[in-house]
Amino acid sequence: MRFLIEHLRVLHHTLRHLLLTPNASLLNILIIGIALSLPVGGYVLLKSVQSLGSQIAGTPQISVFLTTGTSDSEIGRIGEKLKQHAAIKRIEFVSRELALKKLQQTTGLSDMIDGLSQNPLPDAFVIYPKENNVASLEVLRDELKTWQHLEHVQLDSAWVQKLQALLNFGRMAVAILATLLSFALIAITFNTIRLQILTRREEIEVAKLIGATDAFIRRPFLYFGLIQGLLGGIAAWLLVAGSLQLLNYQVSTLTQLYASSFSLQRLSLGDSMTLLGFSAYLGWMGAWFSVSQHLWRIEPR
Amino acid sequence: MIKFNQVYKRYPGGHEALKNLSFDVAEGDMVYLTGHSGAGKSTLLKLIAAIERPTSGTVLVKGQNIRSIKPAAIPHLRRNIGLIFQDHKLLFDRNAFDNVVLPLQICGFDHREAAKRVRAALDKVGLLDREKAYPIALSGGEQQRLCIARAIVNRPTMLLADEPTGNLDSEYSNEIMNIFKSFHQVGVTLLISTHDECILRQYPARALHLKRGELLV
Repeated sequence: MRFLIEHLRVLHHTLRHLLLTPNASLLNILIIGIALSLPVGGYVLLKSVQSLGSQIAGTPQISVFLTTGTSDSEIGRIGEKLKQHAAIKRIEFVSRELALKKLQQTTGLSDMIDGLSQNPLPDAFVIYPKENNVASLEVLRDELKTWQHLEHVQLDSAWVQKLQALLNFGRMAVAILATLLSFALIAITFNTIRLQILTRREEIEVAKLIGATDAFIRRPFLYFGLIQGLLGGIAAWLLVAGSLQLLNYQVSTLTQLYASSFSLQRLSLGDSMTLLGFSAYLGWMGAWFSVSQHLWRIEPR
Repeated sequence: MIKFNQVYKRYPGGHEALKNLSFDVAEGDMVYLTGHSGAGKSTLLKLIAAIERPTSGTVLVKGQNIRSIKPAAIPHLRRNIGLIFQDHKLLFDRNAFDNVVLPLQICGFDHREAAKRVRAALDKVGLLDREKAYPIALSGGEQQRLCIARAIVNRPTMLLADEPTGNLDSEYSNEIMNIFKSFHQVGVTLLISTHDECILRQYPARALHLKRGELLV
C-alpha cells in the first residue's frame, strides 16, 4: 500500500512537472512522435502491400491456356500428362465458364463482361510446380510451350517473387530506420533527463542529506522518461493514424477507378500496444542511462 | 551514541582538517562544538552524517562505523539524524509545508499522517501560520526555524546543527536556542557547532573546543 502511494505520488509529481514546462514537453513529445511514426508508417504500408500481394497469388504458379476448340478428350489427355510430370506437384483445371465467372467476381469488370455475346476465354490448367525458384519455373514453362494444343503458357507469379524481394528490401529498410530512431529516442530522453538532473541538483543534494535512497531519487526521472516515451508513442500513433486516414481517402478514389476494394490497413490493436509499450520502454531506458551516468556525481558536500 | 577514536581527516592536497580526535557523546547529551572558522567543526559534523569519511581512526554513530559504512546504509543512518545547516539548504521552488514534508515522503509516510507531523513540527518552531509561504518570503530567522522543522519532522534521536545562529541577531538566536533546549529536555542528543560566546554563556553545556583540527582539553 505504502509502495503504491509512493508511486502514485511520483506519477502525480511527474505529470505536474510535464505540465509546468508545456512547450518543452510538447516539443520533445512531438520529436519522439515524428521519429517513431516514420518506421511505424513504413511498417503499415509494407503490410498493406504484402496483403495485396498474397491476395492475388500466394505461391508461384503457371497458367496454361488451351487452344480454343480443343476437345474434351484432348483436354483429359493433357491433364493426365501434366499430372504425371515430375516437376509438377498438382494441377487445377479451370474451364472457360468457371474462368468467366471468377473474372466477374474478382475484378469488377462485371459491367463489361455482361455485355459480351460469347465467352472469349479459353480452357486452362493452373499448374503448381514442386520447385518455386524462378529458374526451374522457367525451364518448365519452356518445356510446356513445345506441347500441342497449348496456346499460351504463362508464368503468373514471377512478379510476386519480385514483389516479395522488394518487400524484404523494404522490411530491412524499416528495421534499420526503426533501430536508428530508437537510438534517437533514447538519446533525446537521455539529454532531457540530464538537463533535469542538472537543474534539480540542489533538490537532489538536499534529498540525499535527509536520507533519500538512490531508488527514491531515481524514481521521478525514470517515470519522466517512461511517460515522455509513452506520450511520444501516442503522438506517433496519432500521426500514423491521421496520415492513413488522409491517404486512404485518396486511395479509395483511386481504387474506385479500378473497381477494386484495396485500402491501406490501419494499425491493429496489437501493433498499437506494441508501439506504445516499446516507446515507453525506450524512454525509460534513456532515463535509466542518464540517471546512472549523472546522479552519482551529485553528492552533498 | 557518537564515539570518535583517533580520528584523522586529510583532504586531497594534504590539508589536515582533523587530527587525532577522540571523544564520546552519550545519548541525550547536549554538546557544543566551538572554535574559529576553519577549526574543523563542519568537517566533524560531516563525518557523523557520513557526508565525509575519516582518513583514519573510527567514527561510530549509533554503532555504525562511518569509515566502512556501505553506501546503501547511509540513507537509513541519515534518517535518524536531523541535520541543520547554516545556509538552511531549503528548496526555494516549494512552500514551507512542502519543504518540511520531504523527509516524510522519503520514508514513505501516508499523506494524512505526514500532514499531521508537518504541522506539529511547524508549530514547534512557531511557523504554523506560514506553511504556505515560500522560503524567499521568510526572514533569516524564519528560514533557520524552517530548516529545524524539516530536521525534526521525522523525530530523529539526534540533531546536528552547524552554526545554527551564525547569521542571526541575538533575539533570533535566543529563539532558536530555546527550541534546541526543549528538544534536549525530551531526550534528543544535540551537537551544536557555534562560535557565539553569548550562547555558550546563556545556555551552558559541555563544549568541545577545536583548534586547527585538534581538540583542546
